[in-house]
Amino acid sequence: MNSAVETPSEQELNNFRKEVKAWLTANKPADPGFLLPQTFMEVGSDQQLDFLREWQHKLWSAGYLGMAWPREYGGQGVSAAFQLIADSEMRRVGVPIAFNVIGLGWAGPLILDRGSDADKEKYIKNILSAEDIWCQGFSEPDHGSDLGNVQTRAVRDGAEYVINGTKIWTTMGNYAKYMILLARTNSETPRKYDGLSFFLSPMDVAGIDPRPIQKLTGEYGFTETFFTDARIPASCLMGEEGEGWKIAMQTLQYERGAEAGAAGGLMQVRVVMDDVIASLRGVTRDGAPALEDPVLRDQLVQLLIEEKANSLSNRRANIPALTSDYPFSLNLSGKLRSSEFNRRMRQFAIAAQGGNGGLYVGDSSAIAGGFWQRAYLNNFATTIGGGTSQIQANIIGEHVLGLPK
Amino acid sequence: MSNALEFTAEQSMILESAREFCRDQSPITQVRALLDSTSGFNRDVWQAMADLGWLGLAIPEKFGGAGMSIGSVVPLAESMGRAMLATPFFSTTLAAQALLRAGTVAQQEAWLPKLATGTIATVALADGGDWGVEDSQCLAQRAGDSLLLTGTKAYVPDVESATLILVQCQLDGQPALVLLENQGLRLDANTLLDQTKRAASLTLDAFQVADNALMDPGRTSAALRDIRLLGALLVAAESTGSTAACLDTVVDYLKTRKQFGQLIGSYQALKHPTVEMLNAMDAARSLIYHAGTVVDEGPLDRDAEIACRMAKAQASEALAFAGDRAVQFHGGMGFTYECDAQLYIRRAQHSQQLFGDPWHHRKRLGSLLLDDVG
Repeated sequence: MNSAVETPSEQELNNFRKEVKAWLTANKPADPGFLLPQTFMEVGSDQQLDFLREWQHKLWSAGYLGMAWPREYGGQGVSAAFQLIADSEMRRVGVPIAFNVIGLGWAGPLILDRGSDADKEKYIKNILSAEDIWCQGFSEPDHGSDLGNVQTRAVRDGAEYVINGTKIWTTMGNYAKYMILLARTNSETPRKYDGLSFFLSPMDVAGIDPRPIQKLTGEYGFTETFFTDARIPASCLMGEEGEGWKIAMQTLQYERGAEAGAAGGLMQVRVVMDDVIASLRGVTRDGAPALEDPVLRDQLVQLLIEEKANSLSNRRANIPALTSDYPFSLNLSGKLRSSEFNRRMRQFAIAAQGGNGGLYVGDSSAIAGGFWQRAYLNNFATTIGGGTSQIQANIIGEHVLGLPK
Repeated sequence: MSNALEFTAEQSMILESAREFCRDQSPITQVRALLDSTSGFNRDVWQAMADLGWLGLAIPEKFGGAGMSIGSVVPLAESMGRAMLATPFFSTTLAAQALLRAGTVAQQEAWLPKLATGTIATVALADGGDWGVEDSQCLAQRAGDSLLLTGTKAYVPDVESATLILVQCQLDGQPALVLLENQGLRLDANTLLDQTKRAASLTLDAFQVADNALMDPGRTSAALRDIRLLGALLVAAESTGSTAACLDTVVDYLKTRKQFGQLIGSYQALKHPTVEMLNAMDAARSLIYHAGTVVDEGPLDRDAEIACRMAKAQASEALAFAGDRAVQFHGGMGFTYECDAQLYIRRAQHSQQLFGDPWHHRKRLGSLLLDDVG
């Protein structure tokens, strides 16, 4: 997409790092007094939405979002190396997330790759500015992890498609202006995948009804989205009928970040073991500092080993000589390893709080405002969404180890 | 905390040739054929390893070695573990490292060229089962130009095959290392859980050696600490390789054995723990190659200590889990001596304690990671 872009010099990148760091430090928003979402799947109130929208707009206006995207559509038209630096500084300074993730990381790069000039004109800039929020309509209630089985129907009728069916786990479905929608245009194909088509669907259409789902945290963030004879323009079809599966798989490639074509920005607040240790500094057990408790220490060290091994494994995955044994094992197990680690780490952080572990968001005595309690419950989104841990284990067993289905 | 993980083209070549050599020289039939042998290893294979330069890999060129870092031995150790190839390689390598770190010039010149070409050596560290005791009860006393050694060293690896033994003892209230040649020593062979390995206890009763057998006292404490950490790393690398071999054995069985009309590998009760074995092995593998990147000629720094301890804790856990499940997943077959699962679980339980078990290392990691944070 940016083949003509010049490779920046080390000097330029170093200068840029200083510049972006200074800007982020000066412009990092003050604590709003309510807990901010750690991921885009946790935007459950108008208050949170307005805050994040304003932040993303500010980030984009300053030129630190979509840096590798074309200038004519709101980007900066420079090398992705700049965005990677901006992202790493955002993480370091600890600013809020760039929450329009489906737009920035999925729909945007897809439209830049495959869309018409008119599509780019219409959509790209507003994705970056957070004017238009995007959501994703892949999963359905009856088959969460099995996308090939999508049953929502799209039937061509003149200049329109008529959509019927139900999508679930639509992130910000109630706030979104557009959805990337996977629907079945043909149920007669020998391979179920070949009957799917991909749409850039407006959400403000009669017959589309996003109903917020209350999560186990008590908050919102997802909708179940019902389509009842919803008519969308036929021009919303991306590519050809039957190319839906291929395009959906293509969007998954962008997820890996700015290098792969996404706009960049922090996708989630990373929670690490240092945060767990810091959270226990004021906690006592048996009248002594919790961090001196031998049983608790052993648990902490086990988690620290696991965290370090995961981070080293990400490096090892790029060394062919050290991965030839079980090719792709580290790539395929990455989601399982990190999401399950995060789950246990967060659960541990609550358990180690003693009596305060029983308090939740809203209680003035809760440690860190109940951050860990909410973070733990929200983490199930990662061990369930995108293919449950159990499905991941099947995939690894079958594709890496060659075990029978 | 360091997250370095580097692997050069040269190391890749070493890994590739090591894996091929070990696979060719140590098929499982050969591993089994050696179980009942006295020495536990094949002299021809040992000589071939020496000829390939493996014994001198981490010995400086001036002593006839290749002058690479001790970390470059990690792929060799992993490959040996993968093929269950047991030789006095670890013992000899650690003895050479001890000589490099605390030997006098005369001792280095006398012994390192020999160790680089196949003379077998070992280090007698422990007095007994407590790896957490760092000082020895084995006493050295001065008598004119001689030293008199009295005490017992427990389960000294490969000592019966060794020409040279570095004995940890206590001299003038300080830790000391003394070189003994293997003549006239009382050795009592152990019966080890891991039948691929050999060890014996060494009993010294006013055993007399010339005082020039004493290694440099000023560098001995640091060298002993390094040797324990490097020993932990080498066992971790071997255990990681053995975990992969164990995993292969389990996967083969799960892909061929049918029960209730289905290949048993299709049952998630077996499939998922097998994936856990893979993930545990992968974690160990990343940690051993990280440790291999950060260890150096010593004294080992904090990052290297953390890396070696994490590697050993993880690799021992991984092999213990894999070996245990390998027996169970083979069903009735797993309960037999004929089934290869026994090789892995026996190695797991034996290697687990060598140079400190996971509890030992995690306790020390607690001090390193939770008390110094700042």
